Amino acid sequence: MAAPLLQTQDLSMHFGGVRAVRHVNFSLAEGELRCLIGPNGAGKSTFFKMLTGQLEPTHGQVLFRGRDISHAHAHDIARLGIGIKTQVPSVFDGLSVRENIWLAANRLHSGDKTRRVVDEMLERVGLTEAADRLVGQLAHGQRQWVELGLVLATDPELILLDEPAAGMTHEEVNKTAELVREINRTKALIVVEHDMQFIRMIAKQVTVFNQGSVLVEDTVDNIMRNPQVRDIYLGKQAAA
Amino acid sequence: MNARLLNLVGLGLVGAVGVAFLVLVPRLFELDVVLELTVYMIMAILALSLALIWGYGGILCFGQSAFFGLGAYTYAIAMFNIGESTVPLLLAVIVPAAFAALLGYFMFYGRISDVYLGVITLTVTLILFNSINSTAGPEFHIGSARLGGFNGIPGIPPLNLPGNKAAPIDLEGMFYLATSALLATYFGLRLLLASRFGRIIVGIRENERRAELLGYDPRAYKLATFTIGGALAGFAGCLFANWGNFVSPTIFGLAQSAQIIIWVIVGGRGTLIGPIVGCIGIQWLTTALGANQPSGGSDLWAKIFANAPLIFGIILIAFVLLVPKGLVPTLGDIGQSLLVSRGKGAKRLQPKRAEEG
Repeated sequence: MAAPLLQTQDLSMHFGGVRAVRHVNFSLAEGELRCLIGPNGAGKSTFFKMLTGQLEPTHGQVLFRGRDISHAHAHDIARLGIGIKTQVPSVFDGLSVRENIWLAANRLHSGDKTRRVVDEMLERVGLTEAADRLVGQLAHGQRQWVELGLVLATDPELILLDEPAAGMTHEEVNKTAELVREINRTKALIVVEHDMQFIRMIAKQVTVFNQGSVLVEDTVDNIMRNPQVRDIYLGKQAAA
Repeated sequence: MNARLLNLVGLGLVGAVGVAFLVLVPRLFELDVVLELTVYMIMAILALSLALIWGYGGILCFGQSAFFGLGAYTYAIAMFNIGESTVPLLLAVIVPAAFAALLGYFMFYGRISDVYLGVITLTVTLILFNSINSTAGPEFHIGSARLGGFNGIPGIPPLNLPGNKAAPIDLEGMFYLATSALLATYFGLRLLLASRFGRIIVGIRENERRAELLGYDPRAYKLATFTIGGALAGFAGCLFANWGNFVSPTIFGLAQSAQIIIWVIVGGRGTLIGPIVGCIGIQWLTTALGANQPSGGSDLWAKIFANAPLIFGIILIAFVLLVPKGLVPTLGDIGQSLLVSRGKGAKRLQPKRAEEG
């Protein structure tokens, strides 16, 4: 069996007395697409922050292709090939869409090649028309696309998406699901999402987080049927 | 490619005005005016140094005067020891740059937050002020240069043509030198900002975390920006020491530090021409109002106008409240909306900059 692309061992994060993530052992194969679900405060975003070097784990390890990156800097991890689309779009608001994508593409390419990659990416995320507009003035959905374009332009091996469908219209959700599947043909992904319909569209395996630990890991269908999961998560959503 | 064309027109305009200024001023004005304009040019280089690191790099440095003063003192001290100005000029750039690199290293790699960065830089320049201020005794000297404490260092030998000690630059020559140095600095920074490096530092200013997650190390870019800013300020300091043949610790003082920030705020952050305009405008205003005369005029109004800190304060508050973006960006907006409303009828307005908020 091939070595996993990403692995965490006993990964924990404590903020003072709050144990946001506890003893998480997680493994992702090359090219896999995994969904993470769990109620708010389950530790999903904290988990993502540790994977990308934005937080240093209290203890435990993150291994990317067998290499310990638990204490690496965020920019080094990005260069190793992990990209993240954050929950609230983190983009360069004061710059144009084109300049945003350029900043991502520039890290790998130079000169004309960068320009070509930028144009292709604008086309791919459907922002060619808006290329010269300031990102700060785009609608929320479009800013999500800008951020996705940024992440894709750095050509990472593993892409983390934190609630990519949040705040999107029905059509945009469909388009996002399609794009995620397309990305998954060449890249591994971990997707945090609440929208179960969206998850059904993209995922096979789902990991459920609850109170900082992994509650269960199974196929989408089994997860939907799991009474424990319904209790902590789906039940709440159904009631809402 | 309308924006690119506009950009080129702007560059050409600045170049034309600059060259015209360089050629015409010494022919049209008396020496005292030329002298006054020389110091404006020198200060404008200092303004550009902060325009780079604050306006584009997003690093609010309250102590830009530290590098300015270090440049001036380094030049003076080296000049008394060496006698020929080539090495002192280089040292006046290298020493402040090295100091900025060292200070920047601890600030950026220590992940000091923006507010503390302001506090630290201000403190550093005040420490330099106090240290140099208390070196009046004859025991404080570096080689044959006495530091002079609060009395400063008088009689600093002027720059000479490179390698030729016998050919000092005269007052008019200083004007040519300072003006061409300002133009070179302006165009050099334009080039820098259009380069990959420049675009990346602006990205870091816009969203440091995102830049990091794309694989850029913000610490290294900020350190490089800060060091370049320190070198430029040091260069301006060297010219300043030349201009008056004198340097004193007030160069490190609070008033000097605050002024540089006011120039940038008034002229407009995120532009280069703005801080130049702000710097020259404010200096001209304070001179015109008589603020630089130690006793001021005789009547009450003259006394009020002669109070430079008061005038600076009023200008600063007025700009922060009424023209928060600064002169040049605001004029740009007005021009643009005039163009749009006249040319395109009721077509939608151009998107405004997000920084406007």
